[in-house]
Amino acid sequence: MATAAASHGHDDHDHTPGFLDRWFFTTNHKDIGTLYLIFAIFAGLVGGAFSGFIRWELYEPGLQVFAKGSMLDSLGLFDLANPDNAKHAFNSVVTAHAILMIFFMVMPAMIGGFGNWFVPIMIGSPDMAFPRLNNISFWLLIASFILLVVSVLTPSGPGAGQHGFAGGWTMYPPMSAHTGSPGPAMDLVVFSFHLSGASSILGAINFITTIFNMRAPGMTLHRMPLFAWSVLVTAFLLLLSLPVFAGAITMLLTDRNFGTSFFDPAGGGDPIMYQHLFWFFGHPEVYILILPGFGIISHIVSTFSKKPVFGYLAMAYAMVAIGVVGFIVWAHHMYTVGMSFDLRAYFVLATMVIAVPTGVKIFSWIATMWGGSITFTVPMLWAIGFIFLFTVGGVTGVVLSNAPIDYTLHDTYYVVAHFHYVLSLGAVFAIFAGFYYWFEKMFGIKYNGFLGGLHFWIMFIGVNIIFFPQHFLGLQGMPRRYVDYPVGFTFWNQVSSIGYAITLVGVIVFLIMCVEAMIARRKGVANPWGEGATTLEWTLSSPPPYHQFSELPVIKDEDEHH
Amino acid sequence: MRNRGLFGAKSLTGVVSGAAMWLAATAALAAKPVHYGQPTDGEMGLQPGVTELKHDVTWFYNGLLFPIITAICVLVLGLLIWIAIRYNAKANPKPAKFSHNTLIEIIWTAVPVLVLVVIACFSLPLLKKFNDMPEPDVVVKATGNQWFWTYDYPELGVTDVESRLLPEANDINKAKAAGVLYLLSTDNKLVVPVNKVVHVQATAADVMHAFAVPAFGIKIDAVPGRLNNTWFKAERIGTYYGQCSELCGKDHAYMPIEVQVVSEADFDAYIIKAGGKTRAMLKSEAAASAQAEAAAAATAAAAASASAAASADPTAAAAGPSVKDVAAQPAKPAATAAPAATPASAATVN
Repeated sequence: MATAAASHGHDDHDHTPGFLDRWFFTTNHKDIGTLYLIFAIFAGLVGGAFSGFIRWELYEPGLQVFAKGSMLDSLGLFDLANPDNAKHAFNSVVTAHAILMIFFMVMPAMIGGFGNWFVPIMIGSPDMAFPRLNNISFWLLIASFILLVVSVLTPSGPGAGQHGFAGGWTMYPPMSAHTGSPGPAMDLVVFSFHLSGASSILGAINFITTIFNMRAPGMTLHRMPLFAWSVLVTAFLLLLSLPVFAGAITMLLTDRNFGTSFFDPAGGGDPIMYQHLFWFFGHPEVYILILPGFGIISHIVSTFSKKPVFGYLAMAYAMVAIGVVGFIVWAHHMYTVGMSFDLRAYFVLATMVIAVPTGVKIFSWIATMWGGSITFTVPMLWAIGFIFLFTVGGVTGVVLSNAPIDYTLHDTYYVVAHFHYVLSLGAVFAIFAGFYYWFEKMFGIKYNGFLGGLHFWIMFIGVNIIFFPQHFLGLQGMPRRYVDYPVGFTFWNQVSSIGYAITLVGVIVFLIMCVEAMIARRKGVANPWGEGATTLEWTLSSPPPYHQFSELPVIKDEDEHH
Repeated sequence: MRNRGLFGAKSLTGVVSGAAMWLAATAALAAKPVHYGQPTDGEMGLQPGVTELKHDVTWFYNGLLFPIITAICVLVLGLLIWIAIRYNAKANPKPAKFSHNTLIEIIWTAVPVLVLVVIACFSLPLLKKFNDMPEPDVVVKATGNQWFWTYDYPELGVTDVESRLLPEANDINKAKAAGVLYLLSTDNKLVVPVNKVVHVQATAADVMHAFAVPAFGIKIDAVPGRLNNTWFKAERIGTYYGQCSELCGKDHAYMPIEVQVVSEADFDAYIIKAGGKTRAMLKSEAAASAQAEAAAAATAAAAASASAAASADPTAAAAGPSVKDVAAQPAKPAATAAPAATPASAATVN
């Protein structure tokens, strides 16, 4: 560590460019990372507001919120005067909530935000391999976001006044074909995904090149910090899965506009073919969302236990295994489409295999803490919360991997509860853990520990009250993506909606925490976490110099910096 | 300043007591009476099943999967709590430095593998049971439309039974007044006999839908251009509800499935009333036609009786609706029409 500390002493005379150059044309990995984080918070607030509309509507049976004269109607965002259009608006909101959260909140925060910020620093590199490509990646995402927002306001049909694509983020034809959504909204969604896909592929190329070519002397792959490993695996998943997705949605586009019939049985096509192509991307995508979180949690658990990560190599290769196996389990999303027995049996077995490397990770985190001297800082609270909640989401995944029980639970709220436990409570908790862990490092100021802890506890209680009862709804058979439900589902829906209100308070505390830190400007130190924080970012000042490692650090010790 | 959490380790015990309260609530709610075929408010488990398949699924979840996943969660939570108590900075100021232990790594890889093998040993035979459909007593074709279901009994000559949400079931107060179930009651139910093997052939006319009845443990996607199969053998007379389970547009939540399981006599009466022929009638007609054919072969003067028998052929009765279906659905006419006419061959599709 001493070697690295000596190398950046003369970097401190920062020549930061002017505002326009710095925030619009920047090629600096840290500035781009910050832009991604700001964007992710913004998109998360919009997506969170959309989930609020959903939970508000589902508080009781009947149409209250997506209805004429409701408070939502007075906002004028949707055409709610006609009940048909109001129901369409609900489906459109459900669709937009998923797309916003997946593509514009979790991915930008994890990969664009923390990945850009810390992968170069952790591997001892001055910047990403292709800084200008990095800039293009970010601004393509903004263009993609604008297209998505425009699509929400564009006619989708089939009826007049039905705006925004309303067929779910999976976009299954014929709902997404001309039959289900004749208007141009769906075409704009396809274009939006083209751009965000290009953005992610360029980003993935950048990360792979950076990690393979720009590691500091002595930073072998087997000494590389686990967060860098997680982003490397994620980048490969993006690179291999997104082109398939781009192909599928382009076929959809030509089916819609140019008379092809890839997915139209009337012309010899097959709607199930789309599902295979989509989930060949879609399943790796869910690992894309969570893998960087695995990396973040490893760092935090190790730092605050003041112990090296337990089973470092097993941790790294467990992520590789999850990535590889993640590519051959896609049809477990499709047990009900009418596949042969052999196919279903294979996908049952292959899917359950993923539980093994995932279990290795959970137990290794626990073993990292075992024997440690743990301080329960705010990021550590989020990390421990993550480990437990991800376990809950993981075991319900094992339940759903079994086709016979999936016939009962498929497309019910049990599935909604499952993937929100691994994403909304897993990935999002990992993002907050990383945000608090690196807050001082990134922004050079300290957050208020009381507000951070308050944020954690309110959010922890709130999200559990939202999503735990949804298991019960699913077991009772409540289908997902429903604007209204029979009275037999009322009680747990009300509990779930109350949980949303609690979570909303947590989000407000988060925003207050950010504002308070910006106003108070308590000056940060290079390493607030002490002896446990061994990775290279803690050898730099907080915030790090505009260009770090003009003289490359040399990594000697086998166990250092990971 | 060390940014400490609000409550730190102590509050983890709060989580435990919260979980205990949750379990107590579960026990209290479990005492409610059983409702068949529909969701029960406040219920936390699976709907009670009325088929052997659903009984097996219920045992598979309640008896095997749920105990396993609960044990795993309790184990992880317990370890985390123990760590918070034993290895916090006050209790353990000097951290250990170990980072490897081959034995324990082998154990926590091998034990989950064994657990998964046990699960698979129960899962795959059950999957096989779903897959290997017994010979049908009744075949039902369920066609999903935006936003209602159409039921056909292709063999029995009953076609185009359109099942829509009752208008009064679309309003919560009117439903209560009329004594029907909000969002579940339909105008024309799917009527099937009790204790008989029923095959469901699902397809769709416009976008995808999914035919699902939780009490039977079945769910099958209705896809244009495909004929997907599943089966059930309901063992209890009663009415069982399901709801469309694949997002199909604005009224996705308003196209319920209402299955009425009746005695065989009631089922036969329903079929005759609907203008069809019961299985017994078809059987005796087939026997009669076979007899007539034999007679025709034996005597030279039987040409007239042979032509009368041709019109009683069951496949000819099914050909009528099939042709109509083709007109209604542009999707793959050959694939849709052929298996509907010969259910035995359709069973091999899935």
